[in-house]
Amino acid sequence: MTDQDPTIYGDSLTQPFWRAAERHVLMIQHCSNCGHYQFYPRPFCLQCESDHVEWIESKGQGVVYSSTTVHLSVSTEVEPPYQVVLVELDEGVRLLANIVEGDCDIADRVEVIWRQREGIPPLPVFRRAADKNLPESIRGARS
Amino acid sequence: MNKQSMLDLDKNPIFITGAVETALGEVKDQTELSMLALAARQALHDSGMTLKDVDGIFVNYMGEQGSVQVGEYLGIQPRYADSSDLGGAAFEAFVHHAMLAVSAGRCEVALIGYASRQRSLRSRTRSSATNNMSLTAQFETPYGLPMPLGHFALMASRHMHQYGTTSEQLASIAVAARKWACLNPKAWHRDPLSIEDVLSSRMISSPLRRLDCCLITDGGGVVIVTNQQRARDALKKPIRVIGAGESHTHWHISQMSDLTVTAGTVSGREAFSMAGIKPSDVDFVEPYDASTLTVLLAIEDLGFCEKGEGGDFVMDDRLAPGGALPMMTSGGGLSYNHPGALGVLLLIAAVSQLRGEAGERQIDHPKLGVVHGIGGMLSTAATVVLTND
Repeated sequence: MTDQDPTIYGDSLTQPFWRAAERHVLMIQHCSNCGHYQFYPRPFCLQCESDHVEWIESKGQGVVYSSTTVHLSVSTEVEPPYQVVLVELDEGVRLLANIVEGDCDIADRVEVIWRQREGIPPLPVFRRAADKNLPESIRGARS
Repeated sequence: MNKQSMLDLDKNPIFITGAVETALGEVKDQTELSMLALAARQALHDSGMTLKDVDGIFVNYMGEQGSVQVGEYLGIQPRYADSSDLGGAAFEAFVHHAMLAVSAGRCEVALIGYASRQRSLRSRTRSSATNNMSLTAQFETPYGLPMPLGHFALMASRHMHQYGTTSEQLASIAVAARKWACLNPKAWHRDPLSIEDVLSSRMISSPLRRLDCCLITDGGGVVIVTNQQRARDALKKPIRVIGAGESHTHWHISQMSDLTVTAGTVSGREAFSMAGIKPSDVDFVEPYDASTLTVLLAIEDLGFCEKGEGGDFVMDDRLAPGGALPMMTSGGGLSYNHPGALGVLLLIAAVSQLRGEAGERQIDHPKLGVVHGIGGMLSTAATVVLTND
């Protein structure tokens, strides 16, 4: 755990994530005891309950696990219609995100890019990845 | 007797003796507290009691500190108070908690209640936006997922992808609810509805359309839970609580391990095992229909069909009046009333069926009903098994 710096966005556990976001790097937690990945950050491993969790750089690649296109006005940050998805990163963790630069379907491969925001760190969003090869685990899910 | 606990519901059964709706629809001439008070007095009258008999209060979403303001308004100083926050499932969880508290002698007459004027006050919001630095504010709010409908939409999309469920199948759930509502004089919407009507309604958060989603109305209700001795005073038939269970899975949608499986798998298993019943014993179900999707997942998670088969299960009017497994028999949150937390009204709908008081909506001699509440963003579930036997 790091001490919270009031000049940096986030709470005391998420500040490393947002600091990396400034450099357009997507960070997630990794357990050096059992190898489990997790997101959002916690001060322990959800799988083996060890204290040995560390920040690592995600490759920022994954697949769309589920998807919805929103047609009503919810937020001032995004104009409808827009796509909200759960992305499953190749490391196995899921993030809520928007899809930008076109639409994606469930099981499409996506990659992280960054939405600039006024006064606060950039936000990870995703777009269709150049590489469309699906990992075996995802192809097997639809039987 | 449930072998896993000290609870002996055969020897010391627990009953619902009062179950009364507040004013419904658009309520201009009452406050939330006065709505609840009037329903409480009627529910206690039906129980052969007065407010003075109540020694347990199970209330939330009525202002700060849960039960406290309601206790003061009703002039009750309880010896047992519970404001568990399980969203719309809280009221089924309150039946579970009241059953345990009454069984343990910690209170004798438990009042469960809720009232809201969310329609008249226009207090409903779509966003989880806050100014704080919560995890939700950091990692969910910026993406504009409507709350809770966008969460249901993500679950529906995944279910469709994994199992081939269709929009027509979801729409048939809304049509079944409307067929019940057409028989209910208190229902908000009573005009006929077709699958085509649902499919041509405005898209909200794909694949869910306007008519896949519940109403926003004023309403609420009160339920009285007590022991066998006190239930003897009741003016109306007491309904026995024979099983209850509750659970929750996640707060952030990114943390829900399988978007097609809800906390209902645990709450249902707990409630059915306490009651010693299986799905095929059940005569009707009152599932929390916050959207058509929540009913689909409830049917599967409670074991009425296999996971992934809910889409086929709901077709051919199976849930509608005259169907093989009636559900949403008041018209549900989709067509009857949705005051923000429907859970209490689901209990009232089930009690009215089991008492034979459901009028045109009455099912033919039901013996066993299941009430299944959900809450949050389909984060929580609580299940209650009721019988008139």
